Amino acid sequence: MNEPRWVRWLLIAIAMTFLLLFLFVPLAVVFSKAFEKGAAAWLAAISEPDARAAVRLTLYAAAFAVPLNVVFGIAAAWAVTKFQFRGKNLLVTLIDLPFSVSPVISGMLFVLLFGAQGFLGPWLQAHDIKIVFAVPGIILATIFVTAPLVARELIPTMEAQGSEEEEAAITLGASGWQTFRRVSLPKIRWGLVYGIVLCNARAMGEFGAVSVVSGHIRGQTTTLPLHVEILYNEYQFSAAFAVASLLTLLALVTLAVQGWVEWRAER
Amino acid sequence: MTTEARTRGVLPGFGLSLGFTLFYLGLVILIPLSTVFLKTASLSPAEIWAKVSAPRTLAAFRLSFGASLAAAAINTVFGVLLAWVLERYRFPGRRLVDGIVDLPFALPTAVAGIALATVYSGKGWVGRYLELAGIHVAYTRIGVVVALTFVGLPFVVRTVQPVLRQLEPETEEAAASLGAGRPTILGRVLLPELLPAALTGFALAFARALGEYGSVIFIAGNLPLKSEITPLLIMIQLEQFDYAGATAIAAVFLVASFSLLLTINLLSRRRHRRYRG
Repeated sequence: MNEPRWVRWLLIAIAMTFLLLFLFVPLAVVFSKAFEKGAAAWLAAISEPDARAAVRLTLYAAAFAVPLNVVFGIAAAWAVTKFQFRGKNLLVTLIDLPFSVSPVISGMLFVLLFGAQGFLGPWLQAHDIKIVFAVPGIILATIFVTAPLVARELIPTMEAQGSEEEEAAITLGASGWQTFRRVSLPKIRWGLVYGIVLCNARAMGEFGAVSVVSGHIRGQTTTLPLHVEILYNEYQFSAAFAVASLLTLLALVTLAVQGWVEWRAER
Repeated sequence: MTTEARTRGVLPGFGLSLGFTLFYLGLVILIPLSTVFLKTASLSPAEIWAKVSAPRTLAAFRLSFGASLAAAAINTVFGVLLAWVLERYRFPGRRLVDGIVDLPFALPTAVAGIALATVYSGKGWVGRYLELAGIHVAYTRIGVVVALTFVGLPFVVRTVQPVLRQLEPETEEAAASLGAGRPTILGRVLLPELLPAALTGFALAFARALGEYGSVIFIAGNLPLKSEITPLLIMIQLEQFDYAGATAIAAVFLVASFSLLLTINLLSRRRHRRYRG
C-alpha cells in the first residue's frame, strides 16, 4: 500500500525464495525422484508385498487412532466449551501435552510401560502378550501422538460459536443426544472434518514414536514411513521416494481439505 | 447470574463429557507420561548425573538447543515477512502459497527428511550450488538447522497473520498524517503490535524443533559429539536396551524444554497484556 512498488516486489521475492528453498523444491524432488525410473517402476515399488503390508498396517493403526481421538476430541471440546469448572486451563494444557513431547520420547513411554524390562513387562511375558515391538505398540504410540489434534481443532470453533442454539433446543424439550446430533454436530461439521483429516494424516505419517515401538520387521511391523526409511537406507532411492510420494499426496489432500473448509467458513 | 453459570444449568452432558475426557487423558496420556518420571525416580542421582554429564550427552543437548534456537530465529524473521507479504500484498498464486505454508504440519517427517537430504546433498538441486560456494549443508550441523527450519516454518506465519489482519489501517494512517515516515511507523506502530504474536510463534517453532526426529536424522551426519541430536541419542540408548540411560536423558530434556517453554510463554503473555492494556 504505502511502500514503493520496488520494495513490495523485493519483499515478495525474498519471501518466495525462502519458500522455494524450504518447501517447493523438496516437494518437487519427492515426485521427480519417485518417477525417475518411470511409472511402471513407481507402480512396482508401491505394490510389492512389503509395501502392501506397510499400507495395510498404516491403515490399521489409523483405523484405531482416528475414531478414538475423534470421540475424545468431541467429549473434551464439549466439556471445555460448554461448562465452567475449576482447573479448565490445566485440562487444556494436559490435552496439548503430547505436542511438547519429542516423538522418540513418546515411543519410549510405551517401551518403559510394556517392554521386557518395563513396569508391566513381567506380567505381560507371563501371559504371553506382546505389545511393544509388535502391532499393538504401534497403535498405542499413534494414539498418543495424535490425541490432541481433533480436540485442538474443535475447541476454538465451539468457543467462537457459543451455546445459544443448544440452550434453545434443550429449553424446547430436545434431549441431550438430539441436541448434539441435530444442533451441535451440523455447526461443527466442517471443523470436525478438518480435524479428522489432519488426525488421519498425522496418524499415517507418524515416524519417530512408531519407530521406537516397531520391531522393524519387514512386512510385519513396518508402517509406510518406516518402509520409506528402510528403502532409503538400502539406497533404493526411487522406491523410497515412490512410497514417500503416496504420503506426500495424502499431505496435499489434507491441505486441500483445509483450504476448502476455510473457504466454506469465509462464505 | 453469569451466562456461564446458567449454561451449566441448562446443557446436559457435563459429567459424561468431562468424565470420559479425564478417563481417556489419564489412560492414554498421563499414565504413559508418568513412566518417565517413575523410572527416573528409581535411578540414583549419581547414575543420572553420570549419564547426563557425559560429553556425548552434553554435545547432543548443545546441538539440539542451539540448532532449534537458530531455526526458530530464522523462522521468526521469514515468518513475519511471509505473513506481511501474504496479508498486505496481492500477487499471482497468493492463495496457493498461503495454503502450502501448512505443508510441514501435514507432511510426514520421514518424507521431509529424505527430500531435504536429497535437495541439500552435494549432488542435490540446491546443494550443488551451495557446494560451489563452499557451504556443505547435508550431513553437517547446518543440515540440522535446515530440517528444523522446515518443520517450524508454519508457526510464526500463522500466529502473526491474524494480528496483521486485525490491525486497523487507521492507526498507520494516523501516524503517517502526523508526519511519521515509513520506518518510524514500522518500528513504533507495527512492530510492537506484531512482537507478542511473533514471540509466541517463535516459542512454538522452538518447541517443535527441540523434539524433532524424523526430518533431521536423514540430513544430519549423526556423528556422536558433532551432529547427533538429543532425540537420536535417546533412540540409540533404547536400541542398546540402556533404558536407564535413555530415561535419564529424556527426563532432563523434557524438564529443560518444558521450563524453557513456560518461561517464553509467560514472557509473551506479559507483553501481550502490556500492549493490550
